[in-house]
Parts: sequence; C-alpha cells; structure tokens
Amino acid sequence: MSGGVATWGAAPTAPQSVWRRETRFERNIATSEPRWVKALILIVSLSFFSIFIFLPLVAVFVEALRKGVEVYWQAIVDPEALSALRLTLIAAAVSVPLNLIFGIAAAWAIAKFEFRGKQLLITFIDLPFSISPVIVGLIYVLVFGANGWLGEWLIEHDIKIIFAVPGIVLATIFVTFPFVARELIPLMQAQGKEEEEAAVVLGAKGWQTFWYVTLPNIKWGLLYGVILCNARAMGEFGAVSVVSGHIRGLTNTLPLHVEILYNEYNFAAAFAVASLLALLALVTLVVKTFVEHRVHRQLTIGK
Amino acid sequence: MMTSARNFSVLPGFGLSLGYTIVYLSIIVLIPLTAVFIRTAELSFVEFWNVVTAPRVLASYKISFGASLAAAAINSIFGLMLAWVLVRYSFPGKRIVDALIDLPFALPTAVAGIALTSLYVHNGWLGQYIEGIFGIKVAFAPLGVLVALVFIGLPFVVRTVQPILEDIETELEEAAASLGARRWQTFRYVVLPILLPALLTGFALAFARAVGEYGSVIFIAGNIPFVSEITPLMIITKLEQYDYTGATAIAVVMLVVSFLLLLVINGLQVWAGKRTGRNR
Repeated sequence: MSGGVATWGAAPTAPQSVWRRETRFERNIATSEPRWVKALILIVSLSFFSIFIFLPLVAVFVEALRKGVEVYWQAIVDPEALSALRLTLIAAAVSVPLNLIFGIAAAWAIAKFEFRGKQLLITFIDLPFSISPVIVGLIYVLVFGANGWLGEWLIEHDIKIIFAVPGIVLATIFVTFPFVARELIPLMQAQGKEEEEAAVVLGAKGWQTFWYVTLPNIKWGLLYGVILCNARAMGEFGAVSVVSGHIRGLTNTLPLHVEILYNEYNFAAAFAVASLLALLALVTLVVKTFVEHRVHRQLTIGK
Repeated sequence: MMTSARNFSVLPGFGLSLGYTIVYLSIIVLIPLTAVFIRTAELSFVEFWNVVTAPRVLASYKISFGASLAAAAINSIFGLMLAWVLVRYSFPGKRIVDALIDLPFALPTAVAGIALTSLYVHNGWLGQYIEGIFGIKVAFAPLGVLVALVFIGLPFVVRTVQPILEDIETELEEAAASLGARRWQTFRYVVLPILLPALLTGFALAFARAVGEYGSVIFIAGNIPFVSEITPLMIITKLEQYDYTGATAIAVVMLVVSFLLLLVINGLQVWAGKRTGRNR
C-alpha cells in the first residue's frame, strides 16, 4: 500500500523462503525493534497463545482418546449422544435460516435506504451479543414458563415451550440473532446502491435485482455470517441450559450432554462428545479463514 | 449524499424489509426482554434492594467483576503483543496462529470449560506444576474463573487492535526515527496513542463478554459460595429454587451494567473512528 519501504532505510532484502515472508515492517529499520526485543515479544506472546489457546484444544482430543478408540466410539454412537446430536442439528437448522432471512432484510433496509432511527436499530440488532446467555434463558422462562406471561394459555392449549424443543430453538435464535446481519450491514453499506439502481432503471424486478445483482456481491459475506451463526447455534450452552430442563434423550443438546457426562465423572465420554464440537470449531475456523480472504478481496476490488 | 432523495428511492422493498426487521426484532428480542423489567416491577424497591445486595450476591459481583477486569487487563497486554506479532513479524506457523486466535469464538463454552479444567486440576498438565511447585490452586478456586475469562476474552482485543495496527502508515515511525527518537519512545508516543482507542474498545468488549460468561466458568470455578460463585450462576441458583423474582432482580442489575458497557463501547468506537478516519 504505502511506498515507505523504498523511501527510507530499506534494509537489503535477504532471500526468503515461501513460508516465512518478511513483513514490510521487518524490512524497514525505522519500524523494527532490536533483535532481542523482537525475540522477547515473540517468545512471550506465543507462549501465552500456546498456554491459553493451543493447549486447551489439544487437551480435548488427548482426553477424548485416553481410554482408547473403542470407548471413544461407544460414547459417540450412544443413543443419548445421537439424540443430543439430532436436537443440536434441529436447533441450528431452524435458527440459522431464520436469522439469515432476517439478516438480509435488515441489511437491505439499513444499507439501501435512509430513515430516522437507523443507528438505534443497529444498536438493537447488536443487543443479543451484550446479554448474558443465562439472562436469555431467563427471559423466555418469564414469557413462556408455567407462571410466565403466556404460561396459563399455553397449559390450556397443551403447548410446551420451556423444558421442550421450542424453547431450545428460541434461545438459540436469540443468541445467534445478530451474526448474519452484522456481517452484511457494513458490507452492503460499503458497496452502495448504484448497481441495484441501475438494474431497476433498466427494468429488473425487485427479486431479480436482488438475485442477480445484490446476491453475487454479498455471497461471501453471507457465507461468513452463516458459518459463525451456525458455530454458535451448535455450541450454545448457557441459554439452552436454562430452558432445556436437561431431560435425557429429549431436550439435551450436544453441549448439555457433555455437561451431564462430565458431572457423572464419565470424563472419557464427555471429552469424546466434546471433541466432535471441537472438530466443528476447527472446520468453522478453516472455512472462516478462507471466506475472510474472499470477502477482503471482494471489498478491495469493489473499490 | 443527496438529501432530497431521502424519501424517494427507485429501489423496492423498503417497507417490507424494514417492517420484517422490526417485527422479528420485537418478537425475538425486545418484547421478551421487557419481561425482565416488568417482572422486577412487582417487587418494592426495598425488596429489590435486599435481593441484589444479599451478602452471597455481593460476593458474586466481586468475583464476576473483579475477575472480568483482571482478565480484560491481562488480555489487553498479551492481546496487543499478539496483534503486534501477527502484523509486524514473520515466523513459522503464523497463519495457523492467526486463524486459531478466533478459537474462543468458535469453540463451545462447555468444551472450553472442561478442557481448561482438565489442564489445571491438581494432576493436569499445568495444574501439577502450578500446584506442586508454587502451591497455588487454580481449578476450583477464584483463579480458575480468571483463567476461563482470559480464554474467552482474548480474541476481542486481538481482533480490534490488529486492523488498526495494519493501517498505520510507516511514515510516522520513520519521521520519529529520523528525528532521533528511540524505538521505545516511538512506540510510547507515536504508535500507542493511535492504538489506544482500539485497545480500550477491545478491553471493554472482553470485559462485557466476561461479565456475562457462564459455560466455560462453571466447570473450572468449583462454584463455592462466597469464594468462586459468579453472578450468572446466582441467577441459575435462584431459578432452580423457583425464585423467579429473585433471579429477575439480579438479571436487571446485570442488564443495566451490560447496557452501560454498550454505551461506553459505542462511544469508544466513535472516538476510534475519529482518530483513525475509519468511519468513512
């Protein structure tokens, strides 16, 4: 970007290997530290990373396989684990598409039009991120629980929401609410509305404009939001724990199943199920890194 | 840009998209959220005050807010270093480290909780040395809360500081160096002031997340009353005793803190935007 490298104090460039390319800061005397300072910062920060991020990740897999592959496999094909997996997939399959549609609608309104209270609306959309998961569970208990607002009506009509699947789905929708919207809003704002206006003026219908003009422009940002939304939907613990009631085989999601196994001192099984969720997290990070690159490129090409 | 076009646009779907957004937001978030405040209004102020200042609840604020502040401070220091290393230095495995920084966002909190516990118990990989050599108990003690909160807060600091650090023009540091500043002085008086708003935003985000965190903490904390009980756990405890109004009262305290933090964070972001010209 900046031509600073060539202008001042450019150090002679040594031949570089492919996997350790020097940064523009390292090639510039004015922006690099003495060798020992650099070594110290590298050692301290990477040790911190190893202890707090890398080691816990490794521990999940080591603990999962401690009692051998057989025990690992049994924990995963256990009927209760499978029903927990099913419920986790259901919660994600409902909440992700709903929040995807919401995210597109919100981003369309906010990025393509001017109206009063826009900033307030954006703040409200971000709200679920700043609320403790436990409180999310609590508010649904207060609304749908036996002595909540709709409690009597729900009992009369024999509808169960709290301590049942609908409550789990609702809590999951709440905690994953902003993911797609907050990814799309800045992206669509940056892209402006000229392309869509041109399409409409040329006679395209509303959905054609969206499908052929907007969607190709936002597809990577959309995917990015969906991946993060999905990871949180499958991994949510606090909010789901409050509304689930922990009924084994019925209202347990995978993270709740991990908790139950762990509290029964069945550590190998707990970590085996946890390793599935850790794998999901790793896949999420890989896809995310790839997509991030594409989003970045799309934005820079757009400019 | 064109103020005259505010009320007219050739693009379709304004009413539909905004209407859907507001209805969905209200049904999922806003209306259920008011339940907390309406339920609390059933209590008189004295009753409310007695619930939220009960000794065991007060002790939980001390743990929650104290550990969250300490964790956010630790993350600010090491998060800044990690962001610095990721932007400015080259080292083998850099891309893997960069990708794994987001692990706490992607890893379910329950998994993080049991993994951290297994590391820090008395016979764990780290616990056996920390307890054996230094005699310090981490798991099932207040320090365990701190460890879990450091884990979940780290990416907030790294990911807010990193882009600002990437955008800094090298010319500033070149000017400082050519005027005779030492490297440390350049960092202290040129680079750090540019990073400060982002660093504070990262601190506030990590703190806000830590205060409400539940899943990763309860496994490692040991949840001893007055010693290592966090405030979200107090809400759960009240709920399990069917004390809904008590749980709700504590939730109101936490929500008010969260909203205040949200205001602070918004203010910091506006400030950061002005400083770096990123809000265009």
